[in-house]
Amino acid sequence: MLKEGQFRNLSGCAISGIFSKDGTAIKGDKIIKSIKIMHDRSNGLGGGFAGYGIYPEYKDNYAFHVFYDSLKSKKECEEFLDRHFEIVNLSKIPTKKVASITDEPLIWRYFVNPLPHKLVDSQLEEREFVCRCVNKVNTFIDGAYIFSSGKNMGVFKAVGYPEDVGEFYRLDEYEGYCWTAHGRYPTNTPGWWGGAHPFALLDYSVVHNGEISSYDANRRYIEMFGYKCNLLTDTEVITYIFDYLLRRKKLTPKESSLVVSAPFWSTIDKLPQNEKEQLTYLRNMFSGLLITGPFSIILGYEGGMMALNDRLKLRSMVVGEKDNMVYIASEESAIRVIEPNLDKIWSPKGGEAVIVELNK
Amino acid sequence: MKIDALELNFHQLNNKIKECQDEKIKIVNCCGHRYLASGSSSKIIEIEGVPGNALGCYLDGSEIFVNNNVQDATGDTMNDGGIYIYGMAGDATGYAMRGGEILIHGDIGYRAGIHMKEYQDKKPVIVVGGTAGSFLGEYQAGGIIVVLGLNCENKIPVGNFCGVGMHGGKIFLRSDVRPKNLSDKVVCKIADEGDLNDIKDIINKFCNIFNESYEQVMSKSFYVITPNSNSPYKQLYTMN
Amino acid sequence: MSLGYVYSEFEVVRDIQKCINCHICEKECANEVHSFSSKHKIMLADDTKCVNCHRCVEKCPVRALKIVKTNHAFRENGNWNENLIKQIFKQSQEGGVLLSSMGNPNKEPIYWDKILLNASQVTNPPIDPLREPMETKVFLGKKTDKIERDENNNIINNLSAGIELNTPIMFSAMSYGSVSYNTHMCLAKSAKELGICYNTGEGGLHKDLYEYGKNTIVQVASGRFGVHKDYLNAGVAIEIKMGQGAKPGIGGHLPGNKIVEDVSKTRMIPKGADAISPAPHHDIYSIEDLRQLIYSLKEATDYKKPILVKVAAVHNISAIASGIARSGADIIVIDGYRGGTGAAPTMIRDNVGIPIELALASVDQRLRDEGIRHKVSLVVGGSIRSSADVVKAIALGADAVYIGTAALLALGCHLCRSCQTGKCNWGIATQQPDLVKRLDTEIGTQRLINLINAWTHEIKEMMGGMGINSIEALKGNRLMLRGIGLNDRELSILGIKHAGE
Repeated sequence: MLKEGQFRNLSGCAISGIFSKDGTAIKGDKIIKSIKIMHDRSNGLGGGFAGYGIYPEYKDNYAFHVFYDSLKSKKECEEFLDRHFEIVNLSKIPTKKVASITDEPLIWRYFVNPLPHKLVDSQLEEREFVCRCVNKVNTFIDGAYIFSSGKNMGVFKAVGYPEDVGEFYRLDEYEGYCWTAHGRYPTNTPGWWGGAHPFALLDYSVVHNGEISSYDANRRYIEMFGYKCNLLTDTEVITYIFDYLLRRKKLTPKESSLVVSAPFWSTIDKLPQNEKEQLTYLRNMFSGLLITGPFSIILGYEGGMMALNDRLKLRSMVVGEKDNMVYIASEESAIRVIEPNLDKIWSPKGGEAVIVELNK
Repeated sequence: MKIDALELNFHQLNNKIKECQDEKIKIVNCCGHRYLASGSSSKIIEIEGVPGNALGCYLDGSEIFVNNNVQDATGDTMNDGGIYIYGMAGDATGYAMRGGEILIHGDIGYRAGIHMKEYQDKKPVIVVGGTAGSFLGEYQAGGIIVVLGLNCENKIPVGNFCGVGMHGGKIFLRSDVRPKNLSDKVVCKIADEGDLNDIKDIINKFCNIFNESYEQVMSKSFYVITPNSNSPYKQLYTMN
Repeated sequence: MSLGYVYSEFEVVRDIQKCINCHICEKECANEVHSFSSKHKIMLADDTKCVNCHRCVEKCPVRALKIVKTNHAFRENGNWNENLIKQIFKQSQEGGVLLSSMGNPNKEPIYWDKILLNASQVTNPPIDPLREPMETKVFLGKKTDKIERDENNNIINNLSAGIELNTPIMFSAMSYGSVSYNTHMCLAKSAKELGICYNTGEGGLHKDLYEYGKNTIVQVASGRFGVHKDYLNAGVAIEIKMGQGAKPGIGGHLPGNKIVEDVSKTRMIPKGADAISPAPHHDIYSIEDLRQLIYSLKEATDYKKPILVKVAAVHNISAIASGIARSGADIIVIDGYRGGTGAAPTMIRDNVGIPIELALASVDQRLRDEGIRHKVSLVVGGSIRSSADVVKAIALGADAVYIGTAALLALGCHLCRSCQTGKCNWGIATQQPDLVKRLDTEIGTQRLINLINAWTHEIKEMMGGMGINSIEALKGNRLMLRGIGLNDRELSILGIKHAGE
């Protein structure tokens, strides 16, 4: 059977996100409850979560979540990690038997820091060094796959319905300031757990709903800059695009939203001169990163969360607010089920980014 | 205005020339700066040092004096003005030049005056005091090229394949010896008084600038090369 | 019968019952095919002079004429076809190099026709371009590596000058001299109306056309005709012509009889003088010399004009393109071997160079492999025949296309491939005033506008079907393409999958 990455697996999906602006801890069961109500938007072939602020005791270390197919691949990967990182802590990720979750790989977690001399030798900025190491493991060590690599955050995913995946990973035992969730409806089975979402690189994680029509234009553009789209999924390329724009090009989240979900020229032409110039610049400069076709995404990053629709708004997305809490989901029900009394609820326009960040 | 080129790259130096309001500009410490005075139209520029390639490209009326040698492609596609070189010049000097004059005291490299052309009152002129490399006046379509051979009195002052593809203009070679290896597509004869009238003024100017004796220069015979008027190109093709 | 006689390729068929002896055919034919027999009181035709341009057929008021391919035949031979035999007859008679015009007419593989487009079904929606926004605007030019900000943290526009096009189609270089004044006027006027660009070709820019500068790309070729400072500054961009798809490695030769008064003024060479473009630029014998010419042009125009470098698609094209991208060019133009020309040696036209589809695919991929594709724009030409070809070119990786032959067809060209004679009955490839005026610039301009608007609409339809609403998202989007009837090697060069995969 073909694995995710060996073919292009078109998917529909459900997404949900919760963010606490004042940093109040949110327990993981809340996000499970939210995604669960959209059960019919998934088909049991993939579910996952990203939690931010969940590892306060290791907040200065990169948290690697790794799938292993075998002990051999684990050994090989750990040797690699030993050569490049100081491993502060390692353990199996605690799980619980759930009837519908089967074929589990070995799932390990490492809190690491780059070895200083390796970092200096590489002449790379620290996060770029980490990024390349992750890439190396995922590309060259057969059967090892680092699916989460940010600081004070973690991705949990599997083949199954998202609510079962949440239970499997015992998410009720974690708490953080931000959670995102994904229920996948792929047209084909991904064949392995790495194909589930969120997709993450460093602290950037993306959950996404829709099939983008610009995929290969985006992929072939971003691959010029050292990214390798191994999984052939939209989520993967979108994550790389945001990593490129935010981390490498130092755009703001808002600016990056204006690249991937750019306003139409007819809109830009009517704007005041300086705004027009800025938007024209962004569209012209990063024309290869415009994403077309239906999508709604939630991007998680350190200290923030951004939700964004395609510019024609071909996918549903609702945002709700209650006090310091912000909720984003494919359907309103997924918000109401965890917060029936909202201060405000609205559907963002196509291409209008909703950005929430921790109060400073 | 005096510009010291030592710390400047070509772009900075060119900008300074463009911005300069003075008619007269002197550039010192020039070394390898390209495209100097490109498209320039109303200045007199004196250069100390060896300017880089494409000196005076698209020149449109300014005059450039270089106290030393110049590199390749000097006066590329020049339209008007003058370039006066006290030393030698490199290859492809005066490529496709349409107007103005380039006077070189010393030798000139390969392919000088290649594809030179003339138009109405525009008649480009190159005068070489020394010798010229091969392919002099290749594809020449107009204008005048003069090679004086002042430093090689008993030899032909030009390399091989002189005037290949020539279809206009004149090449004057100051020589006692008839140039060899000429194509049958050109005609070569000893210049008569009428021919010499075409170059007397410019030779005078050359001698004045470079302090040579006009009488001595003109004391020797000149060969003049012109295209063979039985246009050979049309017979080349069969309509298909 | 002398050995020099070759039976004509066409026969003029006249319906005598319809013919009213109005002599219009006689007046219309610059090739002097038609004549009146006062003895028999009928119009006659000399088939040997006919080039099959259809001028007489279209002008005949009673529809009495048609041109047919002769059924006079040589003995069938799979190896020695009729054209080869006739070429040998002609050459052994005249001893010259065979000269042809327009693009290679032989039955070569046309990869456009072996590529199929995708459309959305279920997993994402197609878009109706009539009702939903659909964008075709394209910017050509270099992109920078660094985002710079001012003190207010606003992004500074650090992009160098580029070209903005309303639709990714431009009119390719056709020089004044090889085509008529009226042709240039039509191209210039329609380009302005359409918000695209036309290209002067290497023959300079007529003073009347300076007003269309914002829609003009001026060309600098090896002959440097009409090149001076005002010319360089007249357009929005400057194209250095290194080569042409129809005749890679070959210069040009516009015979003196085409250098009439106005052409002479525009080219800035004497009337009646031959205009010869050398095969190379003699200031460019190597890649570093190209950089020199690029920057000499930039210096002369204060860096306000992007520089295009046009090359013919040849065997090492991807390495060459990569070199050009690193030489300061803003836009690379690649011209495929099926591209047209006003005149080229037949053997060169039909045997030198490679198809644009393969050249484009390999150049785009190479530039991406080297991580420099965004630093340069890619324009392709050399037989773009329909809007589907445009869409396929962009999905393979082009930013925009050049069309030449298609534009001339819109102006009335009937592809008789006789430009080299200078007697174009449609007023396009000629300098004879009586012929030139046949091309009505108002009508011609409108026909070009119609064509480009129609193609743009079709491009939008095809994009909409794929669920793409802006042309950027189509660029290099090779998953939207599938091959049909192609072998593995061809698919791998094109970087596409086979239909069914």
